[in-house]
Formats: sequence, structure tokens, C-alpha cells
Amino acid sequence: MTAPRKRPSTASLMLVPFWLVVLVAYVGTMLWTVQISFTASKLLPVDVYVGFDQYHRLFSSTRWLVSMQNAVIFGVLFITGALVLGFLLAVVLDQKVRFENTLRTVFLYPYAMSFIVTGLIWQWLMNPGLGIQKAVRDWGFESFSFAWAVDRDMALYALVLAGLWQASGLVMALMLAGLRGVDEEIWKASRIDGIPAWRVYLFVVVPMLRPLILTAVVLLSISVVKAFDLVVALTNGGPGISSDMPAKFVMDNLFTRQNIGLATAAATVMLITVAAVLVPWIYSEYFRKVRAGAAT
Amino acid sequence: MSIDATSSREPPKGASALAFRSGSADDRATPSRHRERSATRGRKPRRLTIGRIGLYGFVAVAAAFFLLPAVVMVLTSLKTMPEIREGSIFALPESFDLTAWIKAWSSACTGLDCEGIRVGFWNSVVITVPSTIASIAAGAILGYALSFWRVKGADVLFAILLLGAFLPYQIFLYPMVRAFSMVGLYNTLACIVIVHVIFGLPIMTLIFRNFYAGLPVELFNAARVDGGGFFRIFWNVMLPMSTPILIVAAILQITNIWNDFILGLVFAGRENLPMTVQLNNVVNSTYGEREYNLNMAATILTAAVPLLVYFVSGRWFVRGIAAGAVKG
Repeated sequence: MTAPRKRPSTASLMLVPFWLVVLVAYVGTMLWTVQISFTASKLLPVDVYVGFDQYHRLFSSTRWLVSMQNAVIFGVLFITGALVLGFLLAVVLDQKVRFENTLRTVFLYPYAMSFIVTGLIWQWLMNPGLGIQKAVRDWGFESFSFAWAVDRDMALYALVLAGLWQASGLVMALMLAGLRGVDEEIWKASRIDGIPAWRVYLFVVVPMLRPLILTAVVLLSISVVKAFDLVVALTNGGPGISSDMPAKFVMDNLFTRQNIGLATAAATVMLITVAAVLVPWIYSEYFRKVRAGAAT
Repeated sequence: MSIDATSSREPPKGASALAFRSGSADDRATPSRHRERSATRGRKPRRLTIGRIGLYGFVAVAAAFFLLPAVVMVLTSLKTMPEIREGSIFALPESFDLTAWIKAWSSACTGLDCEGIRVGFWNSVVITVPSTIASIAAGAILGYALSFWRVKGADVLFAILLLGAFLPYQIFLYPMVRAFSMVGLYNTLACIVIVHVIFGLPIMTLIFRNFYAGLPVELFNAARVDGGGFFRIFWNVMLPMSTPILIVAAILQITNIWNDFILGLVFAGRENLPMTVQLNNVVNSTYGEREYNLNMAATILTAAVPLLVYFVSGRWFVRGIAAGAVKG
């Protein structure tokens, strides 16, 4: 590395406020949250330690179990759905279709909007008495049902659909950038060998895009874990608790139900879950390469 | 895509490689298409085949899926309530009625206050402008310090920041609320701005660090030899070269902060609620008959600022996504 080696006192000084922010706002608050989760705190934090009682309560709570299960179902459907749809859209746009720029704008614009806006739009489309359901029924399809947001069995899928609408464009944009980077020679070679295009995409291009796909998965996973705005705007966790999510569980217990101990325990579980996913990813992204580099 | 975790000069994983790749792919797109036209490429011929028809069929369905909600929103916002109740959601409005828009802007109710969504709009402006400027400034300085100055522990600092970008807000929120109330800042404008700067720091630092890592180090060394200090080099050498990344950063932060809901809800306080929070209150907590046309108009108005940024910025927006790919 050719960076200077002079004693950079201003630079070190400049980092001090940033260190403070990181240590107080990130590390400090995180540890504080974990600490509260071991106390009997209700409305305000207290110093009565109760061990793992809050965690015990948490995992005996139906609402928490349902919200965890919902997060898993939502996560799997949303991530695979967005990957497949986004990749298909990118492949289609890569076929020299007309109006490519317009189409790209159309596919990506929902991503510029907030989850609140997304949720409210789909709430309107799924309105049982006035939305798409009514229009289609008026056309003569009497049994058509699209009132997902107010349907106990479908509310979760309403969230998935709205999420796909908002985020598939992101995957499309990432993948399209990747497809444009694929070497011409590969296409020439596969043409000479007479390999159909779809097989090249599936068995040659997809493996080449692996880092991009991984990035997309990480991005989408973060929005699953953070899923709060969309739930609040579209279903508010209902009907009942049928579309509740961990993030919403924590927020409700923190700010409306005054169950701080339980909420922080839930937040800690979220933290551990995310870390369990993140650590292997960071490991594979950073350390595996370092070792490969060190070997040469 | 190789990084040495201990070096501060190299851009961090994935996201950076992505940023460069997508940037270059973007720039290349046009010339390469010309090239493809003459060269024979192993893909489908351009004549009308079954595959080609299927392709356009898929494109049409996909475009409808993405466009329909927006079309329905605009249509609904222009109708009157009787029209909405009687007609189809896809029907065109009988006359272009802007009453709902005017009402949404200036007299929509949240609880007892009926001053319209404009209150939230101005609150969002007042929150977004200082938050964007401050977080870009902080990210630029930290990114510059991390990529050019060898400071002890800089990598640890950066690693914690990166991790912070991935963790759910729920893990930080409550202690932050307590801390802000202790210093008497909770529920103020300053509070929400500070929170936005704190949570914007990882992504801003990341993209500036990547950008500066891409600049030739000789430039920096020459400035050092000429006796430039930390701020002089930043101000006179680095900043003038940073226009592209400043644009990307501004696009990212304006949309992120404008679209934020959870932080505004928790930290802004009743007086400063951002537009997203007010919108949700208008739509989801009204009693009595819901005015769907008003709700849709208010929703469009809330989405207007990020959409404007999106349409005006075009390719820059995509570059921002790629550069900020690490953020959720």
C-alpha cells in the first residue's frame, strides 16, 4: 500500500467524533438493548435481573411464534419471487426489445417509492368492495377473490405481492448490469455449439452472476428483517395476528404495549438471527478471499 | 473482487465491485449495442418468431403489473366518491375532478388536525434537507479519511459501521430514545436529523470510501508533498473531483430519508412528523367514511418527491442502487 506514513494527527482527531458515534449509537445502544432483555422491565427499564425469563415468555407467545413463521414464509417467497421475476425481466430486456429504456423505467419506478406508499396502493387495489375484486366480478367472474389484505389466509401473500411489485425492479437493475458484462465470446461459442439460449442463461450466465445474486439476496433479506412499514400500511399485522412480523412485534411492545423487556428480548433474537446469516456471508466475502490471496 | 481485510486503500467487497461494474456496464451499453448489430450474436434472431411473440407477451404482462397500480391510483384520485362507489376501479373518471387533490393537500384530517398533507410535506422537507447535507458531509469526510489516511483502528471502525448497516433498527431504537430524552432532545427536529445522520453514515461512508479508493493515490501523495493538510487536500483536491459521487449520494439520501417511516415515527415528535407518517395516519386511522380519492391523491403527493428524483436522475439512480447495494 502506498498510503503516506507521516503521523496524521488531524486525521486521527477527525476520527474521534466518528468513533464516538459508532461506539455510542451502534455498539452502546445494542448492548443496552441486550441488557434490558435480561431484566423485568415493563414501562421503564429497571435493574431487576430475571435471567432468560423474557426469552421464555417470548417463545411461549403465540404472537411471536406466528410472526417468526410469517417472516420465514414471507422471506422465502419474497426473495425467491423477486430473484426469479427480476432475473426474467433482466433477461427479457437483454434481448434487444424495443423501448428498452422505457421498460426499464417502468420496472424500476416502484423501487423509488416508500413501503408506506406501496402498502397503501395495494390496500386500495385489494379493497374487497371497490378494488380489483369488484371490477373482475362485475365482468362476470363471480367467484374471483382478491381481497387478500383482509383475508386471514391470504394477508401474508398480499404482503409478498406488494413487496415483489416494489423490489423486483431492484433485482432487474442489478442483474441487467451483470448481463451487460457477460462476454460476447460466450454467446458466440454457445451459438457455434448449438446450445439453446435458455440453457446458456441457466447453466453459464447464472453461475457467472453469483456475486450479484448473493448481493441481491442480502439486500432482499434485509428488507425482510426490517419489514415494518409495509406491514403497517397494508395489513397492520392483521386480520388478527395473521400477517404479523418480528419488527412489528418489537415496535408494538416497545411503544404501545409497554413491554420493554419482552420487546428487547425479541430484538435480541432478531439480532442473533441476522448475525447468523451475516457472519457466514461476511466470512465468505472477506476472509475466504484473503486466504486465497495469501496463498499466492 | 479481492480484498485484503486489513488494507484501508481497497474498497470493501461486493458492493464496490458492483458499483464499478454497473457503472461501466451502463456507460458501455450504447456502443456495445451498435457493435452487436453488426456482429452475429448467439441469441434469438430479430424476425418475428413464436419465441419473440412470447417474449413480447411477457413484457406486456410485466409492464401491466408494474404500471397498473399507478394508473389506478391516478384514476381514483380524479374521481368523485359516488363514481368510485358505483364504477369499476379501472373506469376512466367522468370529468377530471381535482377537488380530492386540493383537499388532500390543504385539508385532509389526521385526528383533529385538518390542515392537509402539506404539513407533512413541509416537515419532510425540513427534515430531509439538513439530514441529507449533514450525512453527505459526514460520509465524505470519513470516507476520505479512511481511504487516504492511515489511521489506527480505521478498519475496525469501518467494520462496525458496515455491520450496523445490516442490523434491524429495532435493536438500537429504545436506548436511543432514552438517550435523547436524557439530553432533552427527544421529539425535536434536531433529534430526527441526528438519527438520520447516524443511520445514513454506513452507506455514505461506504460509497465515498469506494469512490476515493478509485482515485489515483499519486494525486494524494503529490498534494502531501506540496504540504497540504487533511482539510486542504479534502477541500481543494478531493471535493472538486467528487461531483459524480456527490450526486449519487444526494439521490440516495433524499429518497431514503424522504421514504423513511420508522425513524420519523419514533424520533420526530408530533410537531415534525414526516409526510410518510402523516400519510399513514390520514389513510389508516380515519373514522367514518373513507375518502378513497383523497387518500390516493395524498399517496401520490407523498410519492412525488422520490419519483421526481427517479425520473430526473435516470441512470444515476441505478448507479446509486448499485453503489448503495449494501443498504436495505
